[in-house]
Amino acid sequence: MTKATLQALLSHWWRNPLQLFTLLAGLALATALWSGVQAVNAEARASYDAAAATLGEGQYDRLVRRDGQPIAQDTYVTLRRAGWLVSPVVQGRLNGVRIVGVEPLTAPSGIGPVAPQEGTDVVSFLTGDGQLFGTAETASRLPDYAFVITPEAAPGTAVTDIGVAQRLLGKPEQIDTLIVLPSQPMGRAALADVAPDLMRQSAQGGSDIARLTDSFHLNLTAFGLLSFAVGIFIVNGAIGLAFEQRRPVVRTLRALGVPLRRLIVLMGAELMLFALVAGVVGVALGYVIAALLLPDVAATLRGLYGADVSGNLQLRPVWWLSGLGIALGGTAIAACGALYQLAQMPLLAAAQPRALAMAAGRRARVQGQVALALLAIAGVLMFTANGLISGFVLHATLLIGAALALPLVLDRVLAGLSSLAKTMTAQWFWADTRQQLPGLSLALMALLLAMAANVGVSTMVSSFRLTFTDFLDQRLASELYVQVEDAAQSDALVAFAGPRTNAILPIQSTEVTIAGQTTEVFGTRDHATYRDNWVLLQAAASAWDSTFTNDTILINEQLSRRAGLDVGDLVQVQGQDFSIAGVYGDYGNPIGQAVIGEDVFAILFPDVIPQRFGLRMDPAAVPDFVKELEQATGIPAAQSVDQARIKAISLAIFERTFTVTTALNVLTLAVAGFAILMSLLTLATMRVPQLAPAWAMGMTRRQLGKLELLRAMMLAVLTAIVALPLGLALAWALLAVVNVAAFGWRLPMYLFPLDYVRLGLFALLAAALAALWPARRLARTPPADLLKVFSNER
Amino acid sequence: MLLHVKDIHKTYHTADGPFDVLRGIDLTLDAGETLALTGESGSGKSTLLHLIGGLDTPDAGQIVLQDRDIATLDDTARAALRRGTVGVVFQQFNLIPSLRISDNIAFQARLAGRHDPAWIATLTDRMGLSAHLSKYPEQLSGGQQQRVAIARTLAPKPRLVLADEPTGNLDEATASTVMDLMLELVSEAGAGLLMVTHSQALAGRMSRRLHLKAGRVA
Repeated sequence: MTKATLQALLSHWWRNPLQLFTLLAGLALATALWSGVQAVNAEARASYDAAAATLGEGQYDRLVRRDGQPIAQDTYVTLRRAGWLVSPVVQGRLNGVRIVGVEPLTAPSGIGPVAPQEGTDVVSFLTGDGQLFGTAETASRLPDYAFVITPEAAPGTAVTDIGVAQRLLGKPEQIDTLIVLPSQPMGRAALADVAPDLMRQSAQGGSDIARLTDSFHLNLTAFGLLSFAVGIFIVNGAIGLAFEQRRPVVRTLRALGVPLRRLIVLMGAELMLFALVAGVVGVALGYVIAALLLPDVAATLRGLYGADVSGNLQLRPVWWLSGLGIALGGTAIAACGALYQLAQMPLLAAAQPRALAMAAGRRARVQGQVALALLAIAGVLMFTANGLISGFVLHATLLIGAALALPLVLDRVLAGLSSLAKTMTAQWFWADTRQQLPGLSLALMALLLAMAANVGVSTMVSSFRLTFTDFLDQRLASELYVQVEDAAQSDALVAFAGPRTNAILPIQSTEVTIAGQTTEVFGTRDHATYRDNWVLLQAAASAWDSTFTNDTILINEQLSRRAGLDVGDLVQVQGQDFSIAGVYGDYGNPIGQAVIGEDVFAILFPDVIPQRFGLRMDPAAVPDFVKELEQATGIPAAQSVDQARIKAISLAIFERTFTVTTALNVLTLAVAGFAILMSLLTLATMRVPQLAPAWAMGMTRRQLGKLELLRAMMLAVLTAIVALPLGLALAWALLAVVNVAAFGWRLPMYLFPLDYVRLGLFALLAAALAALWPARRLARTPPADLLKVFSNER
Repeated sequence: MLLHVKDIHKTYHTADGPFDVLRGIDLTLDAGETLALTGESGSGKSTLLHLIGGLDTPDAGQIVLQDRDIATLDDTARAALRRGTVGVVFQQFNLIPSLRISDNIAFQARLAGRHDPAWIATLTDRMGLSAHLSKYPEQLSGGQQQRVAIARTLAPKPRLVLADEPTGNLDEATASTVMDLMLELVSEAGAGLLMVTHSQALAGRMSRRLHLKAGRVA
């Protein structure tokens, strides 16, 4: 019995390959976008873990200088002699590769170039030119150095002996941090006595980079979920229509003696089989998507967070299993309703395909109530959401609520338009469109989600771009920036530039902790550059004056929000109290930042010397100045960067940051277009009985085809009109809630009407393309097929 | 006795209130016997057929088929009854559109676990369907589709054949041919036949006739 029943069920797909293709393609596309994003996330996280393992981040306590400057080698020697079991580490970048120098003899096991094993020449590692350990990809970026290829090494990182690293990085006798081994001898001298300028940082578990990039990955995951949701709408539609078409067959099977339970089990198993097949295809497609996206994501993470992520994708179980899981789970969710209806279906009900519009009444009421409830929750969250989770809940309730409300809104609009119709054709068109609506509603919901996400994300990105460009103009006000390597170069620069520039602005900073937040504090010279260009979001009276006279401090928005600090609050820097005089916008910076006067900075951090200078001068004089500077002081031209170049680099990083978002946006919209195409094609086969009477009463097949095309485009336009306010609400939520929670700053929201018009036209085009094929098929329907409607032979 | 229906009652609950479709029906049928159920639309003929076929359950009364009261069976047992003991020929044919004619004919026999290729070949040949075995239902005429439906019903050799206006959608000549075949084959199989029909001519070809009026035997 099972075999015969299964054959009857499966034969439906064999005879309706398009429907099977819709189901498999929808599910595969949804899985592809989800698993592609997960693959990127998994790769990035694996890279962070590898990097953390290299340096034992989060596993061991560390000693660092209070002022953030390098530790002298003598201090290390003194600590070892005092009984401290510490191991030195130096880090830096060479040709874009992160060089990590460790001392293998004192480092805890697991740190550094993994345990010396095959291929490791310990003598070479410790002496002479030394050996570097890293992946083949890293080695290719430093072709002049001896490498031992270690595939498990962190991407973009080369580990070597500390002496070799100091030489390669030009940091002689310098140590960045000291790793504190877990077991220390009893009775050793106190740190304050041996090295009072050092402080001990506790291991925090997990890597800093992983924590820093969490919000970025959460955003990617949210996008993946959105794409999956759009895909699930397709699957839901395909399953619903397939079940609708198979109702008569199901009744026949039951009438012939197939028990209902077995039928449900077999249909469920059939769908799970399809989900598995589509899941495998989706995971494979996801791999391709991830491979295409990963280089941009890696560049973004390096640009934004300094995190090295491998550009090579690996087939990690965590993402392909989650891809298959979500394909099976998504299908199960989509199929639940259809299987439930099947279980409830009376055996003797009319064995005709039920008109989709008919039983919609009660369902529509429930759908409307759920939509209203979700939109009400979204309304409350708009005023109360203040974290990432509540931000995403706000997005979810807004999107799902609006999607559920869409068919009801469209139905009301169509009813209104119908009452305005003057001719019979127009009346029939509107009535027929309303009847079609339930069958198309899932595809239209998918289009709504995709368009709203597009409007929301593009508004956010464009607002960000506009703000960021303004911000760069404000913050990169100096015409030239020069990096110096030591005090001698610094003196030479000041002496040379003094008479040739309008102002010399030293850029000096160190890392401190303010109100529990890691903060980079800058000592800033009193100059109009700052007063004229920096925009303060909140400010006390004469904020710049009091800061330059060393009485107050300015902090960035991130620090203000994370530590809950406002103008007038007191904070401590190196034991000295400062009143906050202002909060400034600092877009793109992941950590806290503060500005104090140059003089008080010099008192608090006497060992910190400026390593960069901003020079105010005539922009036209910059090229000659750089040449003359090199000739006069020996400071290489490579250490000078003009303003335009820094801006170009910053904007390039910015643009690359959102390449991934744009790509996902386009893919989501394409999936929605596909949903419309598949819904129309599937519906086309069920439309003949509705269209045959119109044809019999005098409308030509060509006319009917044109009306089908017009209908799809009109529905797309109406959906676009609903999508616009929804997208703007999403953008507001992204800027005012998610961004603040994820990055610590709030961006002003700008509107871009031309972009929205372009998107609307794109949606219209997608709908027209999707409707073209079904309309063409309809226009060519053989009269014999239409005539069958009127005979008993159907 | 193959079938004994005792004092069957059935009420439908409609928007206008309860509607008593069957109000105490009694009938009997022996193996090899044919019985026509006639009556006006709404008299309860099809409902009675559905109850006997295990497609629905009565509100009161007994339906004893081969010494078993099917009114007391659960859903699974009634499904087994439809598979193995009873065969139903529907007015709308109810073929499976995605299966070829050969598979449609063999379908119920395979469900019942009584697939007999030689008997199916005989049925196919007698029904004049041999040339259409690789076609799909939509490629056949109404008469041909009804012949397929009858062949499908007879393929597992059911003890009782129920037919709900099996020729209602066919022209007179085709209907006559199809009926001849059905009566012949039912007789050869030794099964009982209970047929709902509006046609007096068809009813006249049955061994007995039972006329229903407003839910009772007239």
